[in-house]
Amino acid sequence: MSLQVENLRVHYQTLRGAVKALDGATFSIADGEIMGLAGESGCGKTTLGHSLILLNSCMRYVEGRVELDGIELPIWDTSRMNAFRFKEVSIIPQYAMNAMNPTRKIGRMTSELLESRKVSFNATLPELKRRLDLVKLSHDVLNMYPIELSGGMKQRMVMVLSTLLNPSLLIADEITSALDVSSQKAVAEMLVEFRDRVFVNSMIVITHDISILYQIADSILIMYAGKLAEKASTDVIIHAPRHPYTRLLISSLPKVGVTYTEKRLSGIPGSPPLLLDPPTGCRFRERCPVAFEKCLEAPPFLEVEKGHHVACWRES
Amino acid sequence: MLKLDGISKVYKVGTFGGKQLHAVSDVSFTVGAGEVLSLIGESGSGKSTIGKMILRLISINAGTISFDGVDIATLKGNALKEYYRKVQGVFQDPFSCYNTIFKADRIFRIVKDEFYPAVPDPNWTGRVRWALQAVGLNPDQVLHKFPHQLSGGQLQRLLIARALLLDIRFLVADEIISMLDASTRIDVLNLLADLKARGLSILFITHDLSLAHYISERSVILYRGRVAEMGATESIFERPLHPYTQMLMASVPRLDKKWADGKVELQANPAERTGGCVYYGRCPAASADLGCDSHTPGLIEAERDHFVACFRYVAE
Repeated sequence: MSLQVENLRVHYQTLRGAVKALDGATFSIADGEIMGLAGESGCGKTTLGHSLILLNSCMRYVEGRVELDGIELPIWDTSRMNAFRFKEVSIIPQYAMNAMNPTRKIGRMTSELLESRKVSFNATLPELKRRLDLVKLSHDVLNMYPIELSGGMKQRMVMVLSTLLNPSLLIADEITSALDVSSQKAVAEMLVEFRDRVFVNSMIVITHDISILYQIADSILIMYAGKLAEKASTDVIIHAPRHPYTRLLISSLPKVGVTYTEKRLSGIPGSPPLLLDPPTGCRFRERCPVAFEKCLEAPPFLEVEKGHHVACWRES
Repeated sequence: MLKLDGISKVYKVGTFGGKQLHAVSDVSFTVGAGEVLSLIGESGSGKSTIGKMILRLISINAGTISFDGVDIATLKGNALKEYYRKVQGVFQDPFSCYNTIFKADRIFRIVKDEFYPAVPDPNWTGRVRWALQAVGLNPDQVLHKFPHQLSGGQLQRLLIARALLLDIRFLVADEIISMLDASTRIDVLNLLADLKARGLSILFITHDLSLAHYISERSVILYRGRVAEMGATESIFERPLHPYTQMLMASVPRLDKKWADGKVELQANPAERTGGCVYYGRCPAASADLGCDSHTPGLIEAERDHFVACFRYVAE
């Protein structure tokens, strides 16, 4: 088991109270697994990703345990986490286009970054050049400023930088969302290639686009309103989901080849609950077509089949 | 109803406008009454520029756009106001379209003051309620709310309701789905389909091919400001003829089929060419024998209602 998360709870501190953006997450990722993390905006997927590497100032760690390769990550302690960041856990941020320092040439920025981790730039340079070749970037980019690169090139550069020290866990946060269809495919396939070449051990790919996950992920974790809804292998999630939310979500996606005259799709009525004061019991209850009395209690996230976890009373 | 005839737009860029950027070159198509036409293209293909030219938000450098036989560039004063009664646009980001200190009812009030000062208040309130119900919103729930209290899907529907208040016949929908969550986007799409059934024509600008297929009868594929392929959506999706369209179709992430292993497209920004086919630098089938590097291909009707701009189809 590469990554193990147990009952992780991270809240946002606001003046009106705690926003329970991540409320009890328990899951594990195996070596070499690419786990997709999907859900609507505001469901806590980015919070989960960030809490594994850096809690920002308004995020508050409540409880839970995170173990990476057998070592517990001190995610509540910003300074102790420094030993792990970039070397063990790394992230490709959501706005990779703006992730690089605009006042530094990329080569110099890379060397500063490596020196902050006490790694020699010159010793890493041959490997860096090999990886630039892999993502089809010319070595000249090291002498360029970020502004001279196009969006897709910046995205690839950040991918190379994030994985340069071969982290055990890579978190890719919405990295394909801002790209065109063709570069989306290239970037997504590159993630798989990075895993195949063991630049990274395992990966969490956060996105709202489930069809991308179907192409690259080994397993998919669906979140709803700060809670885990369902986790299973990719094929099971797409073709035989068991949580009502996953079912509705998958069936609302238009597929190429479907027109509204032949098959009219429908969305999920209602909207997700506010996480400032979430309802007790199952958080999907209000929108769920099959809810019953039992749903007033919060359903546990149980393994219903091997490798298939669902949080729904109807299934357990 | 709406006819675009050879329109072009050249932006002046660089210091003192020394360089020229051909955003749109020689695009012609028509949209009939009650028809949905999809305008598909990657970022920078000129699709939003065309939408803005139809709405007269920017000027046209060459060619004409006519609505019901009248050249819209000649419209002034009251005639222009009449035009805006019939033709309206809804844009990508609903969050930045509203004045944040106005409540929803005041936003509709502005429409009344501008276009219907003679309508008495009770009638107007009735119309607002009708328009809101037409887009599936509960008037009592949204009218007294500020924009920040509403969700993205609600705001987007409010914008469509605002357009419906006018005697609208043509709607420019510029990426209106892309900011919305998977569970609500299909509802907005169904709403467009219902409006179309009532005789509204829609120009649906998108980069998402599955959405385009879901809603439109005809599609136009743009590449770098030129029409690569256009015609009935069915035939474009089933038998893409232009190499660019074929590449696009192969890169769309689908839920029913995994990506085939193919050459990964990485050249996002080949240098702008002066002569020849705009797709020449990326095209796998390009050859100098056909004249791809020296001549610009025109649109050829390869089969009934299916046009393609590629020299490979001249001979057939």
